[in-house]
Amino acid sequence: MKKLILILLGCLAFACENIIPEPPAVDEILDGPIDGLNSSEQARFLAGDFAFNDEVFSSGTGLGPTFVATSCGSCHAGDGKGHPFTTLTRFGQTAPNTPPNLLIGGPQLQNRAIPGYTPEILPEGTPFMKLTPPAVTGLGLLSALTDEQILTNADPYDLDGDGISGVPNYVNPPAYFVPKWFHQDANGRYMGRFGKKAATIDLLQQTVSAYNQDMGITSTFEPVDPFSGLEVDQEVSDQTVRDVVFYLRTLKAPIQRSQNDQQIIQGKTLFSQIQCGDCHTPEWTTPTSDIVALSNKTFFPYTDLLLHDMGPGLDDGVTEGSAETFEWRTPPLWGLGLSPNSQGGSYFLMHDGRASSIEEAILLHGGEANSSRTKFESLSAEDRTALIRFLESL
Amino acid sequence: MKKYLFLPVFLFALVANAQIDSTLLKRVPVDTSYTRAMNMDAVYNRPFLQIGNLPASIGGYVEADYQYMGQDGITEGHSFRIPRFTLFVASSIHRKIKFLSEIELEEGGKQISIEFAALDLTFHPLLNLRGGVVMNPIGAFNQNHDGPKWEFVDRPIAMTEMLPATWSNVGFGLYGKYYSKAWAFGYEAYLTNGFDNSIISNNQNKTFLPAAKENALRFEESSNGQPLFTGKIAVRNNKVGEIGLSYMGGIYNRFEEDGLVLDAKRRLDVLAVDFNTTISATKTYLVGEWAWVLVDVPETYSQQYGERQKGGFVDIVQPILRGKLAGFDKAVFSLACRLEYVDWNVGSFEETGGNISDDLWAVVPAISFRPVSQTVIRLNYRYMQQQDILGNPPAKIGGVQFGLSSYF
Repeated sequence: MKKLILILLGCLAFACENIIPEPPAVDEILDGPIDGLNSSEQARFLAGDFAFNDEVFSSGTGLGPTFVATSCGSCHAGDGKGHPFTTLTRFGQTAPNTPPNLLIGGPQLQNRAIPGYTPEILPEGTPFMKLTPPAVTGLGLLSALTDEQILTNADPYDLDGDGISGVPNYVNPPAYFVPKWFHQDANGRYMGRFGKKAATIDLLQQTVSAYNQDMGITSTFEPVDPFSGLEVDQEVSDQTVRDVVFYLRTLKAPIQRSQNDQQIIQGKTLFSQIQCGDCHTPEWTTPTSDIVALSNKTFFPYTDLLLHDMGPGLDDGVTEGSAETFEWRTPPLWGLGLSPNSQGGSYFLMHDGRASSIEEAILLHGGEANSSRTKFESLSAEDRTALIRFLESL
Repeated sequence: MKKYLFLPVFLFALVANAQIDSTLLKRVPVDTSYTRAMNMDAVYNRPFLQIGNLPASIGGYVEADYQYMGQDGITEGHSFRIPRFTLFVASSIHRKIKFLSEIELEEGGKQISIEFAALDLTFHPLLNLRGGVVMNPIGAFNQNHDGPKWEFVDRPIAMTEMLPATWSNVGFGLYGKYYSKAWAFGYEAYLTNGFDNSIISNNQNKTFLPAAKENALRFEESSNGQPLFTGKIAVRNNKVGEIGLSYMGGIYNRFEEDGLVLDAKRRLDVLAVDFNTTISATKTYLVGEWAWVLVDVPETYSQQYGERQKGGFVDIVQPILRGKLAGFDKAVFSLACRLEYVDWNVGSFEETGGNISDDLWAVVPAISFRPVSQTVIRLNYRYMQQQDILGNPPAKIGGVQFGLSSYF
């Protein structure tokens, strides 16, 4: 008996070394703060993390009554790309620079309702676009860029003749928008940089709008309930909204994996050679920011944050701001290879999740990306694999 | 004024303490009717202590534990808890009328709840009337949940969070037993207050029956005027073991108020199977339970809230040493293992046809030492994986738990 107890205690002592399950590799997960936050910023990050990932709204805490999702984390599991389960449907604006038709329920469909209520139904024959939730990592770095930096890549009239234009989406700011030093006023409009159509100027607007349109949660910023169209008491505090914005600003950027792998290096070269990088701009550097950890950082999001004509195949007949219906903002490619970890093991790529693989997504590129797509199609199988592996490593 | 009140109370307490004579405390003899006890007898099959000739006997149990747990490499560190401290008071008003209450203080008194407070009237062994706060006999664990009876620090998740435990309500019902040689048959049937809308509208982001426990008003009135039926039948063979089949169901939502229709009537149905047996050759004790939950969730609500759930657990307990150990005459040292599984949302996504995950499984190897049958010291290692609704890579949770639990 004593021997048995000794063996058991020995096993336990051994087990103590490995009691807690191993953490996943830091480059395999998207969540976590950027390096360099001080202790008060870390505390604020945690508060935002809780509000974003753990706070669930119910009918008792203001959900809906019509809504799309019950929490931020429902759409952005692990801060990554979302699943068709929480895809948004937008409608009501069919031409650039026209106001969304709010009379038919736009700009967003609230396709779910709490018990006892009827969800919104898309008016018959109305054009609409489906939008799969994007990853939210690294947004602070993108938000720290100046309008001037982004406009450096704009070429609305394709003056350089490369077939690629790149235009900003100028949108009317919400009443609560306070321009920062790096925003440029364009006759009362401002350049959007977030969202599939780049129709959102900053992360406060993104957060407030998501609370309101996705969850039916009102705030002092957006006090109108999307179901009744009436102003109601705020259902999320200003502090919580600000904490979530801070969380989004300070989430780390995805970390590229296997950077020294020869095939991935070859894929990176091909990415540049077939001109994917002309829109998916690899590298940016932030100016000085109010958050020290975001200041003067070079990062690799693979986006130019501008709109591009993507061809008739991706024209849903609906738009936002000054974007044409066939124009889409270049989505960041960082974190692309980790998408299945937040999309339930599969890829749901492009703006509406229609592509189930990276290769399929490339082949769906049209318009300004025709040339790059054709070059991709003409690559050897080996080169295609290298390019895909590079994209998966991001 | 408080000072003047405090003084006499304090003096009285001193005198009262001085008057307690331990020789007056006597163990209530074990009720021989429980030598062939079934799960349904669990509320009375507990040790009690009687003080002198007082008509009431008292008892209870306490649990205290330590844990060092972590998820995906991150730990909250060392934690000590007193998850529950429970008091029983029982009284025989007549040989055929008895009363028992169970009051539980959870998490150091953060929650105080009446888990059981019922009067039992026996007309015939097959016909007993029970009324008051009763524990709905769904599965076995809800009625047989006392900490000292188990070799594990944590309660099984499926039987405490999928099925709510301890789930008790105000109501009335009948129960009875019939014995024939090595066989015993028992039944229970109750009508009680029930659930409410919170089971599909809560901060857990899933169909969560225990959310209804937050509504303390359920002890005063039904949330919707519709009784919840809970029934169970069980068969026991002294050589084979016991198997129980139970059902709980009714309208859960508030569909009407002040004569105005708020929603359609929506049902909740729960089915559970439980068993326990001892393999006589090895003295291996096996106990398990499995349950299915069906909830009418509005089609236009979120699939986050599942219409179907399933889950259960199996405990395997192998005594490896019995006898005189560390100064205790009838000590038992056991190895044990618990296997758990819960699927919070059985079904597939309308949008993709893919499986809805939202599930977990756990393996809990354990060592337990019972110096006496009413006291257990247990050391567990818990390893658990849980997936979100989309089926993304699971969160891995693990750690050590050590605890004491004893009747007193």
